[in-house]
Amino acid sequence: MADVALARARPPAGDGEPVLEAEGLRKEFGDVVAVDGVDLRVPPAGALAIVGESGSGKTTVAKMIVGLERPTAGTIRACGRDRSTPARTTAERRRRGREVQIVFQDPYTSLDPRQTVERTLEEVLRLHGDLDAEARRARVHELGDLVGLDARQIRALPRSLSGGQRQRVAIARALAARPRVLILDESVAALDVSIQAQVLNLLADIRDETGISYVLISHDLAVVRQLTEETLVMWRGTVVERGPTGQVLDDPRHDYTRRLRASVPRPGWKPRRTAIAEEEATGG
Amino acid sequence: MRQVRTAPVGGARPSTAGALLELEDLVVELPVEGEDRRVLSDISLRIRAGEAVGLVGESGSGKSMTARAIDRLLPDGARVGGSIRFDGRDVMAMSGADLRRFRGEVAMIFQDPRAHTNPVRRIGDFMTEALRTNARVPGRDAEQRAIELLGAVGIPDGRRRLAQYPHELSGGLLQRVMIAAALLTQPRLLLADEPTTAVDVTTQAEVMAILDELRRELGLAMLFITHDLELAAAVCDRTIVMYAGQVVEVRSSALLHTDPLHPYTAALAAARPDIASTADRLRAIPGRPLSAFEAPPDECAFAPRCPHVRDVCREARPPLIDLDGGSSRCVRAEELRGTLGVTGG
Amino acid sequence: MSTVPVEHAPEPPADVAVATVHRGPWAFVRATGAAGMASALVIVVATFVAVVGPVLAPEDPSFAQLSYSYVGPIGGHPLGFDGQGRDVLSRLLVGARTSMLGPMAVVIICVGVGTLLAVSAAWRRGAYDAVVSSGLDILFAFPGILLAILAATVFGAGLVAASLALAVAYTPYVARVLRGAALRERSQQYVAALEVQGASAFSICVRHLIPNMLPLIVAQATILFGYAMVDLAAISFLGLGVQPPRPDWGVMVSENQSGVVQGYPLAALAAGVCIVVVVVAFNILGERLYEQAQAERR
Repeated sequence: MADVALARARPPAGDGEPVLEAEGLRKEFGDVVAVDGVDLRVPPAGALAIVGESGSGKTTVAKMIVGLERPTAGTIRACGRDRSTPARTTAERRRRGREVQIVFQDPYTSLDPRQTVERTLEEVLRLHGDLDAEARRARVHELGDLVGLDARQIRALPRSLSGGQRQRVAIARALAARPRVLILDESVAALDVSIQAQVLNLLADIRDETGISYVLISHDLAVVRQLTEETLVMWRGTVVERGPTGQVLDDPRHDYTRRLRASVPRPGWKPRRTAIAEEEATGG
Repeated sequence: MRQVRTAPVGGARPSTAGALLELEDLVVELPVEGEDRRVLSDISLRIRAGEAVGLVGESGSGKSMTARAIDRLLPDGARVGGSIRFDGRDVMAMSGADLRRFRGEVAMIFQDPRAHTNPVRRIGDFMTEALRTNARVPGRDAEQRAIELLGAVGIPDGRRRLAQYPHELSGGLLQRVMIAAALLTQPRLLLADEPTTAVDVTTQAEVMAILDELRRELGLAMLFITHDLELAAAVCDRTIVMYAGQVVEVRSSALLHTDPLHPYTAALAAARPDIASTADRLRAIPGRPLSAFEAPPDECAFAPRCPHVRDVCREARPPLIDLDGGSSRCVRAEELRGTLGVTGG
Repeated sequence: MSTVPVEHAPEPPADVAVATVHRGPWAFVRATGAAGMASALVIVVATFVAVVGPVLAPEDPSFAQLSYSYVGPIGGHPLGFDGQGRDVLSRLLVGARTSMLGPMAVVIICVGVGTLLAVSAAWRRGAYDAVVSSGLDILFAFPGILLAILAATVFGAGLVAASLALAVAYTPYVARVLRGAALRERSQQYVAALEVQGASAFSICVRHLIPNMLPLIVAQATILFGYAMVDLAAISFLGLGVQPPRPDWGVMVSENQSGVVQGYPLAALAAGVCIVVVVVAFNILGERLYEQAQAERR
């Protein structure tokens, strides 16, 4: 295990052409501005965390990156190609699918209940691929090995798999077409602690093996610390703080980041009423 | 009716003096696809008046089912063995007026407040219903008490809130309303089932702070159910760790991280990433958490995933033994004592 | 030891799976219980008769012997004769075809169009959904029978016009129920995952959305079949549907009304019983399948 850790060669952030970058990203839903002026850069094999609470706009940013929402303004580039506007052709749509992929939060609705794991992966390979049936079968098993699913689980329907196993399938599906960037939208939030650790280790291994980049959307600061080098804190649609993950978490500058940091339970921690005045002033 | 096997718990039987709630060898089975599946095995626990006890476990551990069993909210066809006593009274024998009175003394707070409120009824109706119908408190007085309690949970404009509908309130605000509602009947025990899992981290801190303050002020006992070991340790005097429908450890919260008594507790604490540092590798627990019915009956339920497993672990299901002021369901507990802490594991 | 009385039953734990949908059609029907299976049997028999009825018929259904008008059961004619002296059993057996064919056409059209509208509205959402939904709301205002009478005056009486009219009238019902289901399915994360992969809307709908809605679609089709049979029989009874002398159960009830007045109800009754039995079977099976489809959806 120690060897794996030593073998990890993460380039420092900012190195090389970014595989994913966004500038001046803005999204309006009617009169509501959900995201405003978000810039981000993800280097090859880098990992960026977007931290924030519900309503902070972090999930909307993820959806814009993968093309599930169209930005009101701003540009998104992945692998050097613009993806700010919807894809015009099938080929373009699929190529974008090979550049950036996403794993969602809920392991229970992220798989078609009628499809076995094998067919789920096959379908995606067929979509992207020039692989023949034989090569597809081999790749399905390769993906199974990569995420730690055995042959029996690969033939299974989702309902006979646990939450952690389903999430592994979702990761395998996202990796099937060898994307350069993987968006992890609260992908480990719904997992049991012991399973969450397995999946986080798996994600670290996959990054070492494939040089993939991650964008982790999360409210869990400990998970952010474990998986990412750069952090971007969002609050009410805007980025309020950014920097190396260790620095942001150890020495938060923005008021909100401090409050967030102080709210995380840890040994010796006592809950305090910190946010009440805040919420009363604006929410409810 | 079939008898559910209840194995006697080994070790010294704790004295019952001073216990507000006492569960002894509680066994629950639920009918699933025609067979009875065990969800709780031999749960024994005690909560003293005014004491906060954490109940921690992963999915399938039976932590929520324990709370439901206590509040008599088990699904249809559930079979229950063992005993539940509240203030010396047998909870399972209660009916009618006794049960209603008991429900008034034991309040429950759920994970998803929205699922437990009627969207077309105002907050005021919902909050004062129990008072008006069960305790026959006049509507005006009930409302006044509701407003006072809303103030206590940090909602100053109570009168306005009473006229609102649940959808007009944010999740954190609604959970505070639920806490106020739970406290209205002046309960003696609070069953809080993951009350902050659905809210944001900052809101969680604030909801927990309110719960903690009011609980101390009112001398309320609390059973706090959560998957978060650190949260439980922060707000509870003692923490009970469950695995596969069994209690595997009872420990003073202060010692839970530094000196756990069961390998599962230690493994659970070690598996969580640390907010203060990046580990090369997380110490994941292999396999997945088992449900009670999946656990083999004649060996330690955690044995297949345990780093400290020996042949002796597979010879019989270990009893819950008392050790160093806590309890552990590990046959090697004495041998391993002092070595399982986060730094030593 | 006691079974605890239950005041409020929370849902079972998440790991308790109760799926039946994905085990093939037979298990799906079997799960509807004894009544459901009996209904399925009735439907199978009715369908069989609809297919091979003319072969089974002992007599020519159009062969009239006026001297046998409203003569009761005699040897070789177990259900007797109708007002024009035709063999009732033979007319029932042959009439099964048009009686089943009409509702089938209605169901195929309205379920097909309804599914198409529901899925496309759920997929596109926004303005398209709004237009479709309000269009359906307008159609809701027209009762099926009224549309059928209208169609008969415009296109002339007959099975085709009546079936088309009913299909139009039923489509809003189907589309509304299925739209809800399609919206739920559309919001599942696996659909978003496929979109991100670059799969086309058409293939996601055809390969994932619709198959996952299938239990509900089948249930809807089954229930509507029963309704369509009753409505078509009523239309034929009014003389606007199937035209005599073609044998049809609805027509038979109509033709032999005079027999009821004359104290010989058997001919009308036999056709009426056929309609009722088949319709009840479709309704029971449809309701059971519908309940099952609802329960499936967690």
